[in-house]
Amino acid sequence: MRGKTILKKTVSTIITLLVVSFLVFLSFSVIPGDPAVSQLGTNATPERVEALREEMGLNRPFFLRFGEWLLSFAGGDMGISYSYKIPVKEMILDKLPITFTMTVMAFILVVIISVPVGIYAAKHQGGRTDRAVITINQVFMAVPPFFAGILITVLFGVVLKLFTPGGYVSYTKNFWGFVGYLFFPALAIALPKAAMTVKLLRSSLLEQAELDYTRTAYSRGNTTRDVLYRHVLQNAMIPVITFLGMALADIFTGSIIIEQVFNIPGLGRILLTSISNRDYPVVMAIIVCLAFAVIVINLLVDVIYRFADPRIRNED
Amino acid sequence: MEEKEIILKVQDLNIEFHDHLIPETVVYDFNLTLKAGEIVGLVGESGSGKSMSALAVAGLLRRHDMKKTGQILFDGVDLLNCDRKVLRKFQGKEIGMVFQEPMTSLNPVKKIGWQVEESLRIHTQLNKEERYRRVIEALENVELQDPERIVRQYPHELSGGMRQRVMIAAAMICKPRLLIADEPTTALDVTIQAQIVKLLKRLNREEGTAVLFISHDLSLVKRLCSRILVMKSGYVVESGETQQIFYHPGDAYTKKLIEAIPAYEKR
Repeated sequence: MRGKTILKKTVSTIITLLVVSFLVFLSFSVIPGDPAVSQLGTNATPERVEALREEMGLNRPFFLRFGEWLLSFAGGDMGISYSYKIPVKEMILDKLPITFTMTVMAFILVVIISVPVGIYAAKHQGGRTDRAVITINQVFMAVPPFFAGILITVLFGVVLKLFTPGGYVSYTKNFWGFVGYLFFPALAIALPKAAMTVKLLRSSLLEQAELDYTRTAYSRGNTTRDVLYRHVLQNAMIPVITFLGMALADIFTGSIIIEQVFNIPGLGRILLTSISNRDYPVVMAIIVCLAFAVIVINLLVDVIYRFADPRIRNED
Repeated sequence: MEEKEIILKVQDLNIEFHDHLIPETVVYDFNLTLKAGEIVGLVGESGSGKSMSALAVAGLLRRHDMKKTGQILFDGVDLLNCDRKVLRKFQGKEIGMVFQEPMTSLNPVKKIGWQVEESLRIHTQLNKEERYRRVIEALENVELQDPERIVRQYPHELSGGMRQRVMIAAAMICKPRLLIADEPTTALDVTIQAQIVKLLKRLNREEGTAVLFISHDLSLVKRLCSRILVMKSGYVVESGETQQIFYHPGDAYTKKLIEAIPAYEKR
């Protein structure tokens, strides 16, 4: 990418983050619920609540508060959690590795499951395996990740005893135990996405195999295998890359729910508790981080996309 | 004309489709003999079976839902009934093929150089430098300007005429004995058509490659080919020397085709 493109992307990233944080901030001032009340409990007298609100600066005008938050956030200060009384930055840095590892594992699972299965199904189109794949796909696509998570817990945790349900292992204590525990939630997130990727890759391969250039490839003496891997696959991957990019963003944000099912103390967990506690320094920071991650993923997809499809490269 | 070696002999080729309830024959008893260095035209309207016959010779018809009988002897090897491994030894090496649609016949995500040298990569032991040299040579031979730049470009960066030249260069890179050109000029505009025909004629003269030229354009075929086969709904209705067919057509359909050529082109 050229300098101009980089500048354009940076500006649009900043604008997106501004809009996202503003909307979250706004929704927090609109929805019912009061951080002061949630700290003091519902039995607190109105005077005490009012005093705390004053102390927390909640009574000042909306734009002033947003501006202040924005300035300190831009300066790297994410504030202090209302309910935990520790810096938000510390909390996020502590939890991010968990969610990040799970996202990466789930994504890797999606790729290593769907690419070989998609290729195999397309190669044996109409065969018994292909039909089985289509049916299984249909099922996996219909199952939401949290339900897949429950099924996996029952099957691998309760019946096969491959892991202890709810027995999360901290990455600081035992890294491989941690990875081993995260494998199952990652699988729960990965299965529906893998099913969709298989379906997309299979149809994309079959579509590409009908195109004229494959006939040209055969006319030069290529084997079926070489036509597939040297000609068709790269073309067929173009739509798949776009989809995988969206899936990656989706996996990252979707991990919030699966963390509940598997009792994982990741970003999703503190996001949910912070929302119900109206602990918005934490919520704001997490949401801006999520938004930033999604933008970065999209940028990466853009770069990879250009690499795969030369027709896009000359456009800017 | 001196006696030349026969390189291709198609005998009683029948092609029958089985992809519908009722089998449908698209080529009946197709016979063709092609000598080394000869240019033969295969003429007919769309659906006459000319492309099917050509694809069969190139070994590019699908294997399933289709029944093919007869023989396609290339150098004495029956390409229709041989093992695929044997067939692949001929494809790209002895038989080059150029298709109708230059816009879609090249792989959109691969560089021109990679695509042109593909047959060399498959059929020869040449190293990278030698292949590169051959690619540049081949691109120069099809009269493309600045071949060093073109090898690094992608198909979408070239015009239709240039792509068709690239296709011809790729088909000719192993110096095949037979070039099958399936309506190579139909998708191009008239001036480019004339250039491509001239190019094919020159390559035929200089390299001694026999050409099977498939077209619906009789005037084009007349300029290029020494012999012509006329096909209609799966049958070869007439075949013979170009001059003879043009001045003494035996079949009513051939007469109609000749009448369809605009008068100023008939000289």
